Amino acid sequence: MIALLVKDRCTKCNACVAACPTNVFEAVPGEVPRIARQTDCQTCYMCELYCPADALFVASDCDRPEAVNEADVVASGLLGQFRRDHGWGEWAADPRYKNQHWYMGEVFRRARSSE
Amino acid sequence: MAAAWAAIGAARDGASVVLVDKGYVGTSGVTATAGPGHWFVPPDAHKRAAAIAERQAIAFGLGDPRWMARILDETWQQLPTLEGHYEFGRNEAGVTMYGAVRGPEYMRALRRVAESLGVRILDHSPALELLLHTDGAVAGARGVRRQLHQEWIARAAGVVLATGGCAFFSRLLGSQTNTGDGYLMAAEAGVALSGMEFSSQYIVAPAFSTMARGMSYAFATYYGPDFQPIDIPRLAGGNRAIARHLMQGPVYCDLGRMPEDIRLRLPYISPNVMLPFVRRGIDPFRDKFPITLLAEGTVRGMGGIQISDDDCQTSVEGLYAAGDAASRELVTGATSGGGSVNSAWALSSGVWSGRAAARRARAEGTRADRPAAPIGLAGLRPRRAAVDLDPGAVIAAARGEATDYDKNLFRTGPKLMRSLELLDDLWRSVRDHLGGRGVGAVRAREAAAIVATARWSYTAALHRQETRGQHQRQDAPQLRPELERRQTIFGLDRVWSDFEGRGREVPEQADSDRGSGSGAASARPGVSA
Repeated sequence: MIALLVKDRCTKCNACVAACPTNVFEAVPGEVPRIARQTDCQTCYMCELYCPADALFVASDCDRPEAVNEADVVASGLLGQFRRDHGWGEWAADPRYKNQHWYMGEVFRRARSSE
Repeated sequence: MAAAWAAIGAARDGASVVLVDKGYVGTSGVTATAGPGHWFVPPDAHKRAAAIAERQAIAFGLGDPRWMARILDETWQQLPTLEGHYEFGRNEAGVTMYGAVRGPEYMRALRRVAESLGVRILDHSPALELLLHTDGAVAGARGVRRQLHQEWIARAAGVVLATGGCAFFSRLLGSQTNTGDGYLMAAEAGVALSGMEFSSQYIVAPAFSTMARGMSYAFATYYGPDFQPIDIPRLAGGNRAIARHLMQGPVYCDLGRMPEDIRLRLPYISPNVMLPFVRRGIDPFRDKFPITLLAEGTVRGMGGIQISDDDCQTSVEGLYAAGDAASRELVTGATSGGGSVNSAWALSSGVWSGRAAARRARAEGTRADRPAAPIGLAGLRPRRAAVDLDPGAVIAAARGEATDYDKNLFRTGPKLMRSLELLDDLWRSVRDHLGGRGVGAVRAREAAAIVATARWSYTAALHRQETRGQHQRQDAPQLRPELERRQTIFGLDRVWSDFEGRGREVPEQADSDRGSGSGAASARPGVSA
């Protein structure tokens, strides 16, 4: 469930307000968006993907809000990792994060043959 | 996904298209968080025939090879048209891999294509109800723009319901907006559903999470409460075996059998799989983590709106159904099409319905000057006085019946009848008393849709007194050749069952006009042999 919006990183672009499929965020004029409906979060991590500032953090528990320490989360290096691994935005040109999804069929085949 | 393909199909044919989404086109729905590996077979007669034969072998008589061939062909033609919007991968041999695409990038590409064709996209604009002409044809739809607190009304010659399946708020990844709304809208227009008994697919996920991604669990080892390995069949019956253990106590898992090179590639194949583990400090390749089974309802089940022709039109003129909102029995039969056949179906049914709607718009016009009536009832226009009925409590109660392992995976007549008594009572409360206004109507409609979907699903399960594919009855474990027919379900207050080519079966149940608590639903008999 969405746990944190890092105010220092947020650029008030409101991309999360638009992208969240369950309408968790609310735009606030002149301010960073508000996590207005936290428990409506479906823990899909899409907001992290659509946040170009890497200011959002979704905690792993999907059933209840988790209190997280902002300094710890920032220090963990997890902010923006999902977006980077997707090769999203500025990472699109980086060959290290090239989309390898096409390999999924081969993974299933190898799993079957290892039985 | 189906909605985007429908919009693209219609816009390519020159229609003026409005695409409304409860959430955001790009992140909404189960495709966005997944990795659809479309059923994708080259147009080689032998290969196509082999692929269809493979599916037919597990369709248990309910599939249709002609429809399978149609979606194979459409998918083969359509996916390469995303070139330039989706960066397709190439395998080691340099072959472009069109079939397997990654959810977020795929949905982003579909949105861009739709926008480039002039489709008008309304995000955060849940549809609440259909509008019908006096002659019975569809006239449009109505809903709310929930971030603007405004109403929207779209008058159209054709409406495609592509609202997804219903996962009953099970926490299945990406499914929270898939609440059966389209089924309810179709049923209110008098359209039937088909295959609703096929709604008992489940998927493994870490116990605390939504992360229902199947691939990694191909390497899973499962453990009981004492952390000793338990024997779980790899293929058929695996989920039921896990469910039996879960009903007794915790089940743990590790992914230690995954080869090292795949572990290293995993974040670039499916970047979301590791997120819940890493954020909990779990090493899934070494640690034994608790798991759950998440209900997939009709998302990976097969039931949905019955379609009447090759354009995916329903029995209502101008009303189409696409993707998981439509029944997929024609292409899957009684075994889930997983992400493969279902994705090919979503794409194809979307394109066909969009094209047909465009053709209809050219022929008929939108008739926007003619009167049209909104037809939504439960959750919008309560039959009696609106009372303080919490839609969240309604949803929780329906979810409990529809997703419980014992009730849904280990079906028996008596268990289904008990659930239906409760669901019938819930339906009467919803129908008589639940009404929301403006944005508040969205949750009320979701509550009505989830109760209705659960009733349709269990009524169909009650009447199919046999075991066929995904639908398994503990009290009828055999396949019965005379039931090798698709089952239609229809009705809101009274729910009717009809096996194609057989007489209609009318369950005896509480009269629609009696108040709740009449108790008459207990008299519901099953189908006689």
